[in-house]
Amino acid sequence: MITRRHLLATAGAGAALAVSGLPKFSESLAASVGTSPGVPEGVNSYVTMGTLPGKKPLIQLSDRPPNFESPIEYFRTPITPNDQFFVRYHLADIPEIKAENYKISVGGDGANGQVELTLDDLKKMPAVEVVAVNQCSGNRRGLSKPHVAGVEWGYGAMGCARWKGAKLKDVLDKVGLKKETIEISFNGADGPVVDKTPDFIKSIPVWKAIDESTIIAYEMNGAPLPHFNGFPARLVVPGWTGTYWMKHLITITALTKPLTGFWMNPAYRIPIGIFPIAQRFTSQEYAPNTPITEMVVNSLITSHRDGAKVSAGKVTVSGMAWDGGYGIRSVSVSTDGGKSWSSAALGQDLGRYALRPWSFDLTAKRGANTVMVNATNKIGQGQVSDLIFNGAGYHNNVMQNITLTA
Amino acid sequence: MRTFVIAIAAALIALPAAAAEVQLKKADGVDKVEGNCAACHTLAYIPMNSPFLNAAGWTTEVTKMIKAFGAPIDDADAKTIADYLTKNYGT
Repeated sequence: MITRRHLLATAGAGAALAVSGLPKFSESLAASVGTSPGVPEGVNSYVTMGTLPGKKPLIQLSDRPPNFESPIEYFRTPITPNDQFFVRYHLADIPEIKAENYKISVGGDGANGQVELTLDDLKKMPAVEVVAVNQCSGNRRGLSKPHVAGVEWGYGAMGCARWKGAKLKDVLDKVGLKKETIEISFNGADGPVVDKTPDFIKSIPVWKAIDESTIIAYEMNGAPLPHFNGFPARLVVPGWTGTYWMKHLITITALTKPLTGFWMNPAYRIPIGIFPIAQRFTSQEYAPNTPITEMVVNSLITSHRDGAKVSAGKVTVSGMAWDGGYGIRSVSVSTDGGKSWSSAALGQDLGRYALRPWSFDLTAKRGANTVMVNATNKIGQGQVSDLIFNGAGYHNNVMQNITLTA
Repeated sequence: MRTFVIAIAAALIALPAAAAEVQLKKADGVDKVEGNCAACHTLAYIPMNSPFLNAAGWTTEVTKMIKAFGAPIDDADAKTIADYLTKNYGT
């Protein structure tokens, strides 16, 4: 049942931690980690900063499988550097892939033919670049009230990179799709430890697969993808949550019937009708749930943590805003608990799928100063003041309300 | 990569394997938890999901591991594990 690859992967993960600085069960270490306020108490009983090979220290929620989130300070630039980018895996058997051995096979009953592509084949195709946020569906799950089971992410299960690769549409054109094809499914090289555990396989509707911005990326911020972000190539589905961004992509299958399996249903689904979601995945809609699709509009204060000490007088509060690909129209800040709102200044626009910087100058008085932030996208959607509870803890875009003390 | 692999091997020899693993509370049933759950994932998943699940919540999680993820755990062990989790990491 337990494969040899698994044992190797396990040894590697443990050793990586050992090399990086001996995480220990220690309160002082946990206190210095800077988990998001509101995560379950149990997280702070063991959490440490951990350093995976090729990465800077990240908040280590788990090592096997590796789930590491970025501290909020890593989001002070609209591009998240590769070595600061979060890591998320469901399954612990994660092979190291050599670029020269790498192949993607493309086929399925919805395709007219079959083809195998090497990394060089991909790189010979017309290349496109897109700056896009990759955010775990469960980002901020740990802040759900009440808490729900799962990986208890704070604010940092996200990042934004400049992705370069071949259009998925061009790859699909190499085999040709039948007109009755409804979904394209994806599998990565990583897999389960126990044979009976469902492999992580995901699909997207054809209309999203042939979108000009959906690519198979082999570069991230001008460099090869880090191993833990999907080397040699991964799917990039701008606007949609990370569950569809298959890492270590090895199989693309055109389907004439909806993909079944644990990771499509019951996993990664939201109740129909409770979120302002515009993009539907109709072939997978089975009431009362539907697959999660595009990200909801959201923002994050990155200049200060809740409870930070500041000097009285002018304080610049800044952060990032993003959404599911409509683009950010405005960011508003309130320093009186939401009674009145002022516009923040928006920073560099790297495209509608990117993190959008914002900043706001406020005058801090002696004592407690509250700061609330609300981003609005170009189709008029804003953040919520009260959590829209759902059992998986998805789509948490509650406005932050932090206190700065002068 | 080869250099890295060698570095890992050296580190493994120098350190006890358990150095990086979360230590669960010592109580009845902890051996069954360690023996079954740790095969597929870190034991950190347990304190991470605490202390907000009640007996029904932890039983649901254990059942999910068996039914949805195919964990080879027999009924008696499943009950021991759910009881341990409820008592030590539940509400």
